[in-house]
Amino acid sequence: MDNYSKRKYFLAAIFIVVVLIFSIRLFRLQVLDSNYKQYATKNVLRRVVSYPARGLIYDRHGELLVYNKASYDLLVTPRELSEFDTTALCRILKVEKADFITSLNKAKRYSRYKPSVIVKQLSPENYAVLQEKLFRYPGFFVQTRTLREYPQKTAAHVLGYVGEVNRSTIEKNPYYSQGDYIGITGLEKAYEKELRGQKGVSFQLVDVHNRIKGSYQNGRRDTSAVLGKNLTTTIDADLQAYAEYLMNNKKGSIVAIEPATGEVLSFLSAPTYDPSLLVGRSRGANYAKLDQDTLLPMFNRAVGAFYPPGSTFKLINALVGLEEDAINTHTAFSCSGRGSRPIRCTHDHYSPISLRDAIRESCNPFFWHTFSAIFRKYQKVSDAYEVWRNHVMSFGLGTKLGNELSNEVPGNIPKADYYSYFYGANHWNALTIRSMAIGQGELQITPFQLANVAATIANRGHYITPHLVRSVWNTQDPEQKLEFERHETTISPEHFDPVIEGMQAVVEESGIRYTSRLDSIIICGKTGTVENNHGSDHSVFIAFAPKDNPKIAVSVYVEHGVWGSRYGAPIASLIIEKYLNDSIAPRRIPIETRMHEANLLNPIQKK
Amino acid sequence: MARRNNIWANLDWLTVILYLILVFLGWINIYAAVFNEEHASILDMSQRYGKQIIWIGAAIVIAIMLLIIDSKFYVFFAYVFYGITILLLIAVLLFGTKVKGATSWFQIGGFAIQPAEFVKFTTALALAKYMSTHSFKMEKISSLLIIGAILALPVALIFLQNDTGSALVISVFILVLFREGLSGVVLFLAFVAALIFILTMVLSPFHAIIILSIGALLFHYFIRQQVPETLKALGIYASLSAAFLFGGSIFKLEIAPTQLLLYSTIISVIIFGVYSLRHRLYNMLTILGIYLGLVFFTFSVDYVFNNILEPHHQARINEVLGIESDPLGIGYNVNQSKIAIGSGGFSGKGFLNGTQTKFDFVPEQSTDFIFCTVGEEWGFIGTTTVLMLFLTLLLRLIYLAERQRSTFSRVYGYSVACILFFHLAINIGMTIGLAPVIGIPLPFFSYGGSSLWSFTILLFIFLRLDASRSEKLSH
Repeated sequence: MDNYSKRKYFLAAIFIVVVLIFSIRLFRLQVLDSNYKQYATKNVLRRVVSYPARGLIYDRHGELLVYNKASYDLLVTPRELSEFDTTALCRILKVEKADFITSLNKAKRYSRYKPSVIVKQLSPENYAVLQEKLFRYPGFFVQTRTLREYPQKTAAHVLGYVGEVNRSTIEKNPYYSQGDYIGITGLEKAYEKELRGQKGVSFQLVDVHNRIKGSYQNGRRDTSAVLGKNLTTTIDADLQAYAEYLMNNKKGSIVAIEPATGEVLSFLSAPTYDPSLLVGRSRGANYAKLDQDTLLPMFNRAVGAFYPPGSTFKLINALVGLEEDAINTHTAFSCSGRGSRPIRCTHDHYSPISLRDAIRESCNPFFWHTFSAIFRKYQKVSDAYEVWRNHVMSFGLGTKLGNELSNEVPGNIPKADYYSYFYGANHWNALTIRSMAIGQGELQITPFQLANVAATIANRGHYITPHLVRSVWNTQDPEQKLEFERHETTISPEHFDPVIEGMQAVVEESGIRYTSRLDSIIICGKTGTVENNHGSDHSVFIAFAPKDNPKIAVSVYVEHGVWGSRYGAPIASLIIEKYLNDSIAPRRIPIETRMHEANLLNPIQKK
Repeated sequence: MARRNNIWANLDWLTVILYLILVFLGWINIYAAVFNEEHASILDMSQRYGKQIIWIGAAIVIAIMLLIIDSKFYVFFAYVFYGITILLLIAVLLFGTKVKGATSWFQIGGFAIQPAEFVKFTTALALAKYMSTHSFKMEKISSLLIIGAILALPVALIFLQNDTGSALVISVFILVLFREGLSGVVLFLAFVAALIFILTMVLSPFHAIIILSIGALLFHYFIRQQVPETLKALGIYASLSAAFLFGGSIFKLEIAPTQLLLYSTIISVIIFGVYSLRHRLYNMLTILGIYLGLVFFTFSVDYVFNNILEPHHQARINEVLGIESDPLGIGYNVNQSKIAIGSGGFSGKGFLNGTQTKFDFVPEQSTDFIFCTVGEEWGFIGTTTVLMLFLTLLLRLIYLAERQRSTFSRVYGYSVACILFFHLAINIGMTIGLAPVIGIPLPFFSYGGSSLWSFTILLFIFLRLDASRSEKLSH
């Protein structure tokens, strides 16, 4: 039937030869070579993972913020268990007998041969007692792990916390395995790779009793653990603690930045929490408590909450007006006080008024006229708006500023399309969106971004991406300084000085001079009040100091603080004084006490 | 009624018995591999051995159903089955679940189905159907192209799922084609190409070219039987290459040695070509052509690997060839597997007495590395018994295939034998360190419904065809 039928012999021969080769190989492996039997009967290979110490975190002056302390996990290999006194063991471990039996059964179900963790994070005291008696409990052994410890108990939102890695992360990233720790929020998360180092694996020959007999192939396949790197943050621990002291019993945030470098000196979201609550055995209960707290202590308001910027935004509108040549330093607009249209003024002052004094008096009509003058320069309202928006966004608004804190939100400076869609194209104009002139309306800005605006004004027109970490290093690797980008605004540097003059007048000539002026240092600032329909208005203040060669720029938000002048300005001035003078002048101690003691957690309903 | 009796009478019971023995041995070895004292019953449904008995029961039902169906059914619907499994392969790429980096599973409730397992028998059916048509001629380019397309389509789709092991199985069809008249030269060249691929990857293109050149000179000697001529050729080639390589290093030319070797090789080939033309040695010209082709193949392998493939593809190939011995990967697994098998000795440690395969030292001990349990608990006697059972089955399949009257049945029968052979060779080869670690199951032994069912379907369709070999099939 076919000519190739003889080829069946060729195929049969291939089959036979392969089976023959396999049989010979098996004969050598199983009968001739006795090495494998010795390996198997006397020794077995075990993979031992060594965890490097997680990197430490320091403040800008080298003060320790986070370090590691040893903790001890009790593990069990169910196969090696023999009869033991459960009650006695539970007493040593200080655990409930029922819980202990539940986890023991779980371990048995998981594997009889592989060890599982049965009690996590024993204290050193418990461990000391256990260690002496462990020989009575075959099958149990202790593994040392490290836990985070916080000597200062501050800056919880900056540092973040570590926890056990979850299943979905393990599936995505093969580096992690069950029970490993990983940074979950804050810098612990952002710098996870640097902090954690690299796990090491060694292969050891162990006998049936789990005793180590030596390394496998002289350690040729071992990889050594790489030490985690330490972080030097930009945070000033004393200033941070002081900010937390002032914001006692208040909601809000304080962000302070060194303008020349973009380094964040203090970063507070209030109310905050003690970072050491999220460590150790009681972590689960503490987490639930914090999570259910109606004041949301775990929510990072400084980058996660956005508010309209209020009158602080008038500074940007003034700068855009100057840049667009819509106003100059001599331009004066008339103000009819509370009778002004379309926006009334909240202060009584002379009229007409020009830029410097308008900033001091926070004159709404002046900034409405400025805003409207910018729009008159362009034919189409959408063109004018986009030019204005482009200037505003060059201050770092409407986009995420940094990339270190994962819950940072970009805020919002709406596009022209938004209004065209809302009102219909060509059916809106400057008047329609007049609340933008005074920092209300659709603007959404985070406290972090607002602090950066203060830094940008202090720098006369540029900012360095604000950041929380200055360098990473450890004993093996030299210090590695992190680089951050410099951003230029669209405003020419010469336009900043008149605005800064106005800011100086705010602190030295307006009502806040009694609470916020310092004798030795010129502070430039601007108050703001954010309208709040759900209770008392929020108090906002931005400032920088000294006026020449500024060293610190700060934004303060105090929720339900009513006016910028009432809480925002005094708190900002205290922060500046503390940072620059290292102490508070005696005459200002009562102000400090009043700020610390004020309790704004139960907002008075708006009348 | 008479016809039905006919099927059972004509059924090849020897194969059925071999099948049942292998499945049973597989089951008790799965029991031993994942034995858990707290679930000691072999029928405990929470354990793999309990589940496997469900798979076995279902497989037997499937086998009986396959035998009852008329054999013409398989011939008639061959292309339809092929089409359905190709569609399933596409669907799994789009909607499948990812398991260990390969998107090759459909998760339906608690069951996982792997379409790549079933594409083996449908490809065999489609190939058999095409090769039994009258228009098919092994010599025709168009016929070869169609065969190529039938085989390449599933290979490409399975590769896309990242399931290299299952894709490589299709390569074994070259043995079937050889039986049906494919030129031995093609088989030989495929073998050489595979060898060069491995040489280039494991050593370097430089070494591969030197080995190729030595091979070509030996070939020349065997054909021409003239020692002086071979020596002359060797002298020319060696001195040219030496001159190029030394020249390169003396003048500090920024040219890689491999490239210098390529130049000297090309010049030598031109010289030998002119010589062969003058002396009218046309078969020498053919050899030179093939030689040059293989040299360029070496370079293209190297180029494609380093410049076109992406890092994760490179890692995969390195992994398969065991070049990068990651202590947690290949080297470790094979070593553990060898310890387990080697520790079994001549007669084994006895049923359920293995330690290596129970301590989780051997990976995938109930699926890909099930042979370790056989080796550890049943020793050399056990491993050779299993090998002999498989060999008997394979030779029986060749015998059965040869006695078919229709080309369809014969091609299908050979496909069954070759697929089983490939799985046997790679799976057992990897557990004893003779083949790269490619995760494919040991037929009838490894735990899992998909693989057991697909091998059962593969085998029993052939038994059904064989039972009605005296009937005239279509065409």
